[in-house]
Amino acid sequence: MILTVSHISTYSYDAPVRGAVQSLRMTPSVCDGQRAIRWSIEVVGGTRGASFRDGAGDWVEGWSLRGPVSEITVKVTGEVATTDMAGVLRGHRETVPPEAYLRETGPTRADSGLMTLAQEAAAGATDALDRAHRIAAAINEAIAYRPGSTDQFGTAAEALALGEGVCQDHAHALIACARFLDMPARYVSGYLHAGAEGTPNEASHAWAEVWIDRLGWVGFDASNATCPDARYIRLGSGFDAQDAAPIRGVAHGRVAEALDVTVAVEAVQQ
Amino acid sequence: MATEYFNEMYEGGAVRAPYARLEDWMRSMPAELRQMKQAEAEDLFRRIGITFAVYGEGGDPDRLIPFDMFPRVFAQDEWRKLERGIKQRARALNAFLVDVYGRGEIVKAGKIPSRLVYRNEAYEKAVSGFVPPRGVFSHIVGIDIVRTGPGDFFVLEDNCRTPSGVSYMLENREIMMRMFPALFQNNRIEPVDNYSDLLRRTLASVAPAKCDRDPTIVILTPGHFNSAYYEHSFLADLMGVELVEGADLFVENGFVWMRTTEGPKKVDVIYRRIDDSYLDPLCFRPDSMLGVPGLMDVYRSGGVTICSAPGAGVADDKAVYTFVPDMVRFYLGEEPILNNVPTWQCGKTDDLKYVQANLKDLVVKEVHGSGGYGMLVGPKSTQEQIEYFAGRIAADPDNYIAQPTLALSTVPTFVEEGVAPRHVDLRPYCLVGERIELVPGGLTRVALKDGSLVVNSSQGGGVKDTWVLAE
Repeated sequence: MILTVSHISTYSYDAPVRGAVQSLRMTPSVCDGQRAIRWSIEVVGGTRGASFRDGAGDWVEGWSLRGPVSEITVKVTGEVATTDMAGVLRGHRETVPPEAYLRETGPTRADSGLMTLAQEAAAGATDALDRAHRIAAAINEAIAYRPGSTDQFGTAAEALALGEGVCQDHAHALIACARFLDMPARYVSGYLHAGAEGTPNEASHAWAEVWIDRLGWVGFDASNATCPDARYIRLGSGFDAQDAAPIRGVAHGRVAEALDVTVAVEAVQQ
Repeated sequence: MATEYFNEMYEGGAVRAPYARLEDWMRSMPAELRQMKQAEAEDLFRRIGITFAVYGEGGDPDRLIPFDMFPRVFAQDEWRKLERGIKQRARALNAFLVDVYGRGEIVKAGKIPSRLVYRNEAYEKAVSGFVPPRGVFSHIVGIDIVRTGPGDFFVLEDNCRTPSGVSYMLENREIMMRMFPALFQNNRIEPVDNYSDLLRRTLASVAPAKCDRDPTIVILTPGHFNSAYYEHSFLADLMGVELVEGADLFVENGFVWMRTTEGPKKVDVIYRRIDDSYLDPLCFRPDSMLGVPGLMDVYRSGGVTICSAPGAGVADDKAVYTFVPDMVRFYLGEEPILNNVPTWQCGKTDDLKYVQANLKDLVVKEVHGSGGYGMLVGPKSTQEQIEYFAGRIAADPDNYIAQPTLALSTVPTFVEEGVAPRHVDLRPYCLVGERIELVPGGLTRVALKDGSLVVNSSQGGGVKDTWVLAE
């Protein structure tokens, strides 16, 4: 599949800021399931700084921007050829040992509700892969997809108690359950081509990867009860949403910030 | 009781050789002169402004750390052995750090449980795969050492991040020389005042590859509210480098810049005295106001060196400490010169059983604790305190280690009634860059309370000048 991406994030401030610094993780991962045909990142009016590939295999770019400005726009456009790898991350070079992803973080802490869900879902599973599939399915049932039901600071435990959430909550819940069962798990940010069939999703998407012996990292999208396929573009990973955020930035000034995002992921007709 | 402990000055009734010339000095000081001198010393400390704020204890934040005038002395041969052991340990700790952020050979070889390394809170995923200049993560290694006999030294803990206290080592010497110049004529004592030169050279030697001129070094402090702020400004002064806070630095074009009156100046090496989690809100804690946004991106791309390197803390964790002798054997193929104190890890079932049954004889510490907080000294504790601690250990065994109560050596110390033995430890500061350097001396901490084994300044400890005789 060939997917085109247009992702524009605009930060507006109620008063001009003196400047801003950003760390962007917005380049498609280098792995067997996807290949960037063209890709460009631009912070409008900004200067590109240091860039490098980190230990998790993500390409990181630093940007800075001198003010005063009242608006900062991050433009990402590109075209990626994808193939369905049934969720398995192959050909991805990284140095972080899987075990490092057993560490609990605030949003991925398993409370008693998540522990119960994990244990019940995993009961009767034949192997680790089966266990991960069952957990993903159980989360899809327990947390209904409802845009706007939770905010970016919500935790997996809160989403489960509420019974609804967005892709971030599904990924956090899956990670919490997997780690509770001693399976390394991490948060993945990326894009999803929605298609015409109207499956619930967000074009700017997130899912989880679980470490399965002999297979390596395998993606699970609990929001859509599936493993990532050719409709998915992988950008980067982390312990949780904040750690894996495609954009991390600081604006200098005591101002209120508003963020407007438009994302379009489309399939090129072949 | 007192005879159980090794007295560094008296053995049997005789004075040990290194202290031979101090006996007369001690006798030449009647109580009045001593009190006068003590007051003079305190006055000098106050004038230089060296104070130590104690976390969470309230009271006077500008309280002086008590200084004891009676020096602690090492003979040349005693020191040479210590020096070899300290440098060996500093090499092994750095080799360990390069390894666990690289191929992890020591884990693969089964010499240390992977859980202790990769699930450690101090393990920084953000620097995995990165080798800092010259393969050094910990540029200033503070190794806490106790002595229990003439040739018996044990390492209590390693400090690979930003060990503090070196300003006391330097000031104690300065003050002793000012007050007792004759002592320094009668004893040949190796100098420590080249420490700041060595520190500067060490930091310059790890400048990043992208630096093609005399490197610009800065000390990054969290600010004057920090308890060690005095030391930060003291070291900056001695080295002739800028003392900066996060807000004085910014990131642009892939480098770190310092705001100066003549415009931005590129910074090559940052000796930071702030914790990893506050270094860069774009990589670690997003709410940090102390760090520099974007710093880690510059660091990872080789535009600046951070000392100690982010992630160094995984080597000085108290649970990892148990494995340092194995690191020496694994990386250097040598036998460790300095021994560890036998340590029980409460995270291990058998160890936990032993610890719970013997709490009254043990010292228990939190794995991530420091400064003598969150620690139990069994023999000095009430039944109630012991029971309270037993509960805490049971709730989170992984978080605790236990060690036998060590018979810490004593050194004569001026007290109200005259001179009496008090327990001491030692923290030397080993510098690691292009070369490994150790000034002959360190910080001797002394437990001023009679019978006390806790030397932490936050718990009523004081400091002494530490001599290495030239011979």
